[in-house]
Amino acid sequence: MIWSSFSDFWSMGGYGLYVWGSFGVTALLMGAEAFWTRRGRRNALSHVLAELRASDANGKDWR
Amino acid sequence: MFACLATVLTVWGLWLGMFVAPTDVQQGEGYRIIYVHVPVSWMSMVIYLAMAFWALLGLTFNTRLSGMLTCALAPTGAIFAFLSLWTGALWGKPMWGTWWVWDARLTSELILFFLYLGFIALTSAIDDARRADKAGAILALVGALNVPVIYFSVKWWNTLHQGASVSLTKGSSMQQTMLDAMLIMAVAFWMYAIAMTLYRVRSIILIRERHSQWVADLPEVKALSLEARA
Repeated sequence: MIWSSFSDFWSMGGYGLYVWGSFGVTALLMGAEAFWTRRGRRNALSHVLAELRASDANGKDWR
Repeated sequence: MFACLATVLTVWGLWLGMFVAPTDVQQGEGYRIIYVHVPVSWMSMVIYLAMAFWALLGLTFNTRLSGMLTCALAPTGAIFAFLSLWTGALWGKPMWGTWWVWDARLTSELILFFLYLGFIALTSAIDDARRADKAGAILALVGALNVPVIYFSVKWWNTLHQGASVSLTKGSSMQQTMLDAMLIMAVAFWMYAIAMTLYRVRSIILIRERHSQWVADLPEVKALSLEARA
C-alpha cells in the first residue's frame, strides 16, 4: 500500500481535482450509457408489442 | 459475459493502478489519469476502425447486420472520444498549464469526436434504414482516414503531446506495474464496448425485424403481451 491515509489518497498529491475529475466523469458517462442502453431495450420491446397489438386488433394477419 | 469481464478487469486494473503502482517521478500522482485516458483514447480509435470495417462489409456484400452493428458501435465510440478529450484536458491543465492547445493529436481526436456525432446525426436523420446505413457507411469509411492521422500525429508533427510510451515495435518505456494496470484497464474498456454494442444491436434488430414471426414468438415479447392482457 502506498497511501498512508484516506485523505492522502483523496488529495492525490495535490492532483486530486484532476485525477478524480477524470475518473468521476468517466464512471458517470459509462454508467449513464449502460442505463440508456438498458432503457433502449425496454423501449424496443414495448414498440414491438404496440405494433403486434395493433395488427391483432385489425384482425389482419399480414405477418 | 462481456459486462462481467469488464467489471472484474476494471476493479483489478484500478486496484493495481491506484493502490499498487508507485508515484511517477516527473508527474507525481497526476499521472494516474492515464489509467483512463489511454484506454479510452485507444478504444475511441479501435471502435471507429470497427465501424469502418462493418461499413465496408455492408457496402460490398450488402449484409444486413453490418449496418446495425455500425450504428450500435457509434454511441460508445462517441463517449470514449469525449472522455479522451476530457481526461486529456484534466491532465493537460496541471502538466502543460493549459486545458487545450490546437496540437495535431488533440485536434485530430476532436475531429474523431465530431465524426462520431456526425455519424449518429446522419443515420438518425434518415428514416429509411437501408439508406441510413449506406450514408452512414460512407461517412464511416471516409472518416477512417483520420484514425492513422491521430495515431501517427505525434511522429509526423513535432507537437506538445508526447510520443507514445507503449509501442508495438519497441516495447514500453513505462514501469511494469503501471503498464500492467493500464493494459488491464484497456482490455476492461474493450469488453465494456463489446457488451454495450451487443446489447444495443439486439434492440436495433428487434425494431427492424418487428414484423417477422420470430420476434412475436420471442419469450420476452410473449411474457410482456400476457402481462398487458392480464
